[in-house]
Amino acid sequence: MHPVRKQRLYLVLFIVIFSSAAIGLIAYAMRGNINLFYPPTDVAQGKAPVGQPIRVGGMVVEGSVQRADDSLETRFEVTDFEASVPVVYVGILPDLFDEGQGAVASGKLDENGVLQASEVLAKHDENYMPPEVMDALEQSGFDHKGVKQ
Amino acid sequence: MIPEMGHFALIIAFVLALLLAVVPAWGAWRRNVYAMALAPRLAIGQLVFVAISFTCLAVAFLQDDFSVAVVASNSNSLLPAIYKFSAVWGNHEGSLLLWSLILCLWTSAVAVFSPQLPLLVLSRVLSVMGAVAVGFLSFSLLTSNPFARLLPSIPPDGNDLNPLLQDPGLIIHPPLLYMGYVGFSVAFAFAIAALLGGRLDASWARWSRPWTNVAWAFLTLGIMLGSWWAYYELGWGGWWFWDPVENASFMPWLAGTALVHSLAVTEKRGLFKSWTVLLAIFAFSLSLLGTFLVRSGVLTSVHAFATDPARGMFILVFLAIVVGGSLVLYALRAPAVSSRVSFSWVSRESLLLFNNVVFLVATLTVLFGTLFPLFVDALGMGKYSVGPPYFNAVFVPLMALLAPVMAFGPVSRWKRDSTQRWKAELLVPGIVAVVCAITLPLVHADYNIWVALAVLLSAWLVCGLARDVWFRMGGSAGFPRGLRRLTPSYWGMVLAHLGFAACIVGVVATSQYSIEHDLKMSPGETDVVAGYEFRFLEVAQVRGPNYLADEARFEVTRNGELVAMLAPQKRRYLASGSVMTEAAIDPGVFRDLFVAMGEPIGEGGAWAIRLHYKPMVRWMWVGSIFMALGAFATVMDKRYRRQRSSATSTAHGTEYAR
Repeated sequence: MHPVRKQRLYLVLFIVIFSSAAIGLIAYAMRGNINLFYPPTDVAQGKAPVGQPIRVGGMVVEGSVQRADDSLETRFEVTDFEASVPVVYVGILPDLFDEGQGAVASGKLDENGVLQASEVLAKHDENYMPPEVMDALEQSGFDHKGVKQ
Repeated sequence: MIPEMGHFALIIAFVLALLLAVVPAWGAWRRNVYAMALAPRLAIGQLVFVAISFTCLAVAFLQDDFSVAVVASNSNSLLPAIYKFSAVWGNHEGSLLLWSLILCLWTSAVAVFSPQLPLLVLSRVLSVMGAVAVGFLSFSLLTSNPFARLLPSIPPDGNDLNPLLQDPGLIIHPPLLYMGYVGFSVAFAFAIAALLGGRLDASWARWSRPWTNVAWAFLTLGIMLGSWWAYYELGWGGWWFWDPVENASFMPWLAGTALVHSLAVTEKRGLFKSWTVLLAIFAFSLSLLGTFLVRSGVLTSVHAFATDPARGMFILVFLAIVVGGSLVLYALRAPAVSSRVSFSWVSRESLLLFNNVVFLVATLTVLFGTLFPLFVDALGMGKYSVGPPYFNAVFVPLMALLAPVMAFGPVSRWKRDSTQRWKAELLVPGIVAVVCAITLPLVHADYNIWVALAVLLSAWLVCGLARDVWFRMGGSAGFPRGLRRLTPSYWGMVLAHLGFAACIVGVVATSQYSIEHDLKMSPGETDVVAGYEFRFLEVAQVRGPNYLADEARFEVTRNGELVAMLAPQKRRYLASGSVMTEAAIDPGVFRDLFVAMGEPIGEGGAWAIRLHYKPMVRWMWVGSIFMALGAFATVMDKRYRRQRSSATSTAHGTEYAR
């Protein structure tokens, strides 16, 4: 074979092998490392899988936040005003987490339908609402104060 | 009055940019010297007017002119003056104006510092940059005018700047990041100009290389500052989250790293020309994509200022025009500029090719992870999020693959080399690296295999570099003279590679050895983290210029000796009422101690407290600074200056034009 062609062949082979390795790596990494968002209504209807990483978001129900006295455990509920999902989180909550504000929790649902959250995200500033929460509210047809649109 | 002046100046700048995009390009096409010669003047005129516009906005912020909508929603009369100034780019409209300003700065820099460039090339380059400026200035004027007024109902006071952004790091993070982002427009403009002219040669690479290196250096610094800021300001001690917005700045960096290396091959050996052009287009397209991701509000992030579909649409269309247009041009012209030089498999060329493949694959995997949720959402298949585990799983192995090969790069020769020579050169460094990997992690209490691996890789890099420096200056005999013989671009490479080695060790050691305690603590209680005793003394009320804070006071001791007094705060900003965590950090070369406050728990004055022990966390930032300094150093190289002093440019230019 002509040396230039041979070189080109090796190059192509190298790129093919390397990119298939990369794609394999991606496919492997995608399994179990991505999680899907569910509005509270879907969770209440049992559409969300139990024991798999998911995200649930909505407005934090007024008066639902209970902090334990002896640990960092916090319980609260998120709602899209159609249904609400109880969440348990152990750890330090973000600064802008508060009752009546939008929040997204990621974690796994247990058998009792409680989301065991490993991470809670709140909005970043006063005017900002997580897009997932906005969509969830749009689907349920309420605004962020719970007024039917 | 002043805002109107700013608005007017912005319109004039837009007209100048339009002229810059059209007239010199036409001149280059028709070989009209007068039209081409207008390019540098138009570039400088454009800079002057955008600078006036930016100054007007800054004045509006500093004078608390709350009749301007942007000022009213992002500033406050209580805000310290320095933050009033940085608030100019702490919002969508202002940051876009900063983007335009920096683009004009780069354009003028090219106009001023390129007397050696043939006029034909210069006018094409400036024209392309003018066209980019047209895009951004019209975006500013049409969809996000920073000078819009709130008349007649002027609010008595402003809404305040987001407290997260009230920080010294945030004063310089965006400008540096933009310097990098926008700097790739120069490499892009040179690539497009070369495609238009049909001449891609070593001189093209030599012109474009210093600009690319500087842009890359700024981007490195910008990303590093962002990471550092996130570490001390977000209050949870993380330094990289694979947040889509971080990825938005990281992807151009990865593509830029590939570009910097492939430009070296193109300059020295005239190879990989089409590939380099494609990378230049790719790097700038990723910068634009980053702007789109950040500014269109499709992402959940600190950086997403506003959600306005019109804005997202505008950038998307602009992106499509830039990427589509340049790829079409590439498809039409690239075959004409292919090369006929060959190289052996054992050579520096193939090592740099390997670098390029790794960085390109890394860019694509990050791109995939970042865009996947957006695509799936757009198709209506649900709202996924791709988290750090994905990125770590694909990115870390890629970098681990890169590092072993990296040590061969500096010692290798162009065109043809031999594996025997490599073996002879790198046997000793290899042995030293293995010894380091076995012994150094023993310093820490428990032996960690990943840290050992990281030490192995970076010691391999460092020893390889040391061997090469030693060899090049001619051993001990040529000590002072030999050192001076080495060029700045060589030193730049050494510095940047050393920085990379420092990053590897820092990232892995922090990830593996960090200890994090989140717990409930009352004043008087003690917790021990990694041998450091944190005693919670008291909580005090503190007043700042525009906030009230609860300040927890900690005394940190080790074996009875005082190490540090730390005072993290929980601030409540007066204007917005928003609450913010201010962490307290005791920095060190080998370890950081980090304390942050959560919320009060129960009635007894207890607080949720976050205590972190972070070994070698600073190494990655110092490493990044090394990389940036290295890239800056390459620009000092004589060969870029020599061309500047030589060449009577116009005569050369007309010759070039034929």
